Amino acid sequence: MLLVFALLFAACSVFVKGFSSWVNMESILLQVSTIGMIACTMLFCLAAGAFDLSVGSVVACAGVVAAMVINKTGSVSVGVLSGLAVGAVVGLSNGLLIAKGGVNALIATLATMQIVRGIGYKVNDGKSVGVINENFFLLGNTYWAGLPVPVWIGLGCFIVFGFLISRTIYGRNTLALGGNPDAARLAGIATDKIKIIIFTLQGVVAALAGIVLCSRMTSGQPTVAQGLELDVISACVLGGVSLTGGVGKISHVISGVLIMGTVRNAMNLMNMQSFDQMIASGLILLVAVGFDRIKQRGSGR
Amino acid sequence: MPTRLVFDSVTKEFPGVRALDGVSFTAEGGRVHALMGENGAGKSTLLKILSGAYSPTAGLLQIDGTPHVFADTAGALAAGIAVIYQELFLVPEMSVAENLFLGHLPAKGGIVDRKQLRAEALKHLAWIGEEIDPDTKVGHLPIAQRQLVEIAKALSRGARVIAFDEPTSSLSSREVERLFAVIRDLKSRGHVILYVTHRMDEVFAVCDAVTILRDGRHIRTFDTMAGLTVDEIIRSMVGRDLKNVFNYSPRPHGACALAVQGVTGPGVTAPVSLQVAQGEIVGMFGLVGAGRSELLRLIYGAEERKGGTISLGGVVSDHTTPRAAINSGLVLCPEDRKRDGIVPVLSVEENINLSARRHHAAGGFVLNTGWERTNAEKHVASLGIKTATLATAIGFLSGGNQQKAILARWLSERVKVILLDEPTRGIDVGAKSEIYGIVQKLAASGVGVLFVSSELPEVLGLADRILVMRGGALSGEFNRGTATEESVLRAALPGGN
Repeated sequence: MLLVFALLFAACSVFVKGFSSWVNMESILLQVSTIGMIACTMLFCLAAGAFDLSVGSVVACAGVVAAMVINKTGSVSVGVLSGLAVGAVVGLSNGLLIAKGGVNALIATLATMQIVRGIGYKVNDGKSVGVINENFFLLGNTYWAGLPVPVWIGLGCFIVFGFLISRTIYGRNTLALGGNPDAARLAGIATDKIKIIIFTLQGVVAALAGIVLCSRMTSGQPTVAQGLELDVISACVLGGVSLTGGVGKISHVISGVLIMGTVRNAMNLMNMQSFDQMIASGLILLVAVGFDRIKQRGSGR
Repeated sequence: MPTRLVFDSVTKEFPGVRALDGVSFTAEGGRVHALMGENGAGKSTLLKILSGAYSPTAGLLQIDGTPHVFADTAGALAAGIAVIYQELFLVPEMSVAENLFLGHLPAKGGIVDRKQLRAEALKHLAWIGEEIDPDTKVGHLPIAQRQLVEIAKALSRGARVIAFDEPTSSLSSREVERLFAVIRDLKSRGHVILYVTHRMDEVFAVCDAVTILRDGRHIRTFDTMAGLTVDEIIRSMVGRDLKNVFNYSPRPHGACALAVQGVTGPGVTAPVSLQVAQGEIVGMFGLVGAGRSELLRLIYGAEERKGGTISLGGVVSDHTTPRAAINSGLVLCPEDRKRDGIVPVLSVEENINLSARRHHAAGGFVLNTGWERTNAEKHVASLGIKTATLATAIGFLSGGNQQKAILARWLSERVKVILLDEPTRGIDVGAKSEIYGIVQKLAASGVGVLFVSSELPEVLGLADRILVMRGGALSGEFNRGTATEESVLRAALPGGN
């Protein structure tokens, strides 16, 4: 799929006005940094044969909580840690429900998605929380070595999780778990522990994304990131991660996220109506998955 | 009028491998034609071409003189071909009658005509002389009867060529006899019957001709069983003489490696106690459903024990998970390799290294790719695992090679006791012999071996001591020197002694 992205990029550079400017490139990278971060951990989730619909709610809730704690304590670090803690707790709960409680992942995270979204609204009566501490804005709005900090964070996630999935036992065991859970268990893989770690990590990363977003917007808003989970899963699938589990590389995530970002950006530059954009996004996902099916059939499955 | 099936220079190529190479032979109607060969010889591929699941790269089939190349399975069905696989393609939740007429239920104006459905079903079931209530859910029938329903379904579609793929692996001996009776009846009606099997006794019991494939090529077709010996068949299959498949040699036994005391749990009705010494090979025989696999799983910790203790090397072990067992040196090679053994999408290399890699990882965390490659290469070579590359997904390998890879997985670990559940099921004679050698070498190095097998010759040929299970409890124990086929079998049969 990296090839598809390259072709797409080339096509857009030629046909879409305003596409190939440095400012626009930066804009794309910034846009995809949120989805990109969470897609790294969603990769593990899908590779293990599971689902996580709660990430959007965690993004929102963590942002709100971080903002409130920063305002109340005057400390950026305490606020950030509180936000991350929210993510960790939600992720851990998901992991325990699914691994130990035996609840279907889709259902469990569907439930936590609602619960956490509700909590995000409740903690400040549904109002957004404007952050007064200007030091906090540095996280989302400054540059480092020519690129916005959120982009570097996203890049960092790609590197870390890319390494984890392909070069560590934890990553390979995740794929074994998704590829055949019974065989993985009999081979001595601690399947419950891995699931719990996957969901907890995902909670933390989603929270981080939420905190960065909060910093960029200078306020914690309980309404953000609705439907983000579907975007993240689409990006992964678009890039080649299998929904049934056992198949997934970081290159899949990178290509999926970049393709999605490029397409959205191009559609904006072409001044497409948002309704048309929705239709187009859906069609592109279908085409990409169809393309993947054909490729799979060709490899003799 | 007997049908005639001709395979004419059938070739099938996949990327990187030629599964079939110009296979030509004739199967006459009114005869049972065995198709034999080592795993990877091409039997399954040939059946898939027959059924239309694959299209040949070159060559064609001829049925009664008409050439055929099927684009899909519907074409094969229409031409009168039916393949009865081990995994029966019936819908468990639907009734026998509904399964028989799957896709073409008798209907009046779009609504299923239940009365006619039942009547037609009874008619077809009568063809195979089977008294099954057509309204029974297929899922409630024992495998043997489901198989007969499959045959009836094939006949109802006008099949003239019926191919069986290892049909008896899950059947009791009485059910096997029933199946043979049905097959002989089909034979007398002029159908072409193809019979794929590894079991020599069955070939001589029910077949009239034998075709042998090796490495995708047709080696020989014996048109008559008269004067044919097992040795000759084996020689054609492996290309060499296998005088003694087991090559058994005794070895010294050490201290007790595994002691099972009073273990009970799902599938084990009476407390089981047994011991395996270092260097000893204990074979466990029994009929399907006797509880042997369940016992192994309880010992391993894959299922929760209700009662009893397990001791490894004299020390009581409270392992309750496979992981804990492996850490104590106790490993299990499961019965169903597809469901419980391999991770199909991962490579051969990863499947072999799946458990042991953590001992060699940097910081217990980061993969040691050098070790992984070397370890995989070592075992692929020493066990003779046939695979295009180490990176090939293991799902593409034949059953026998998959089994070897799983053995390699455990040979990569520090093993004190190994539990093997039907280690040579679905594996050809040549590979079986290799596995027997590996097991004996393992035992000679001080490992305690407990293996479950449904093949009496295998248990008698490989084990130092034989245990028999019946109805969830131990029913007999024999030493190698004094055990006979009759005495062991009697201990396994309900009401035997």
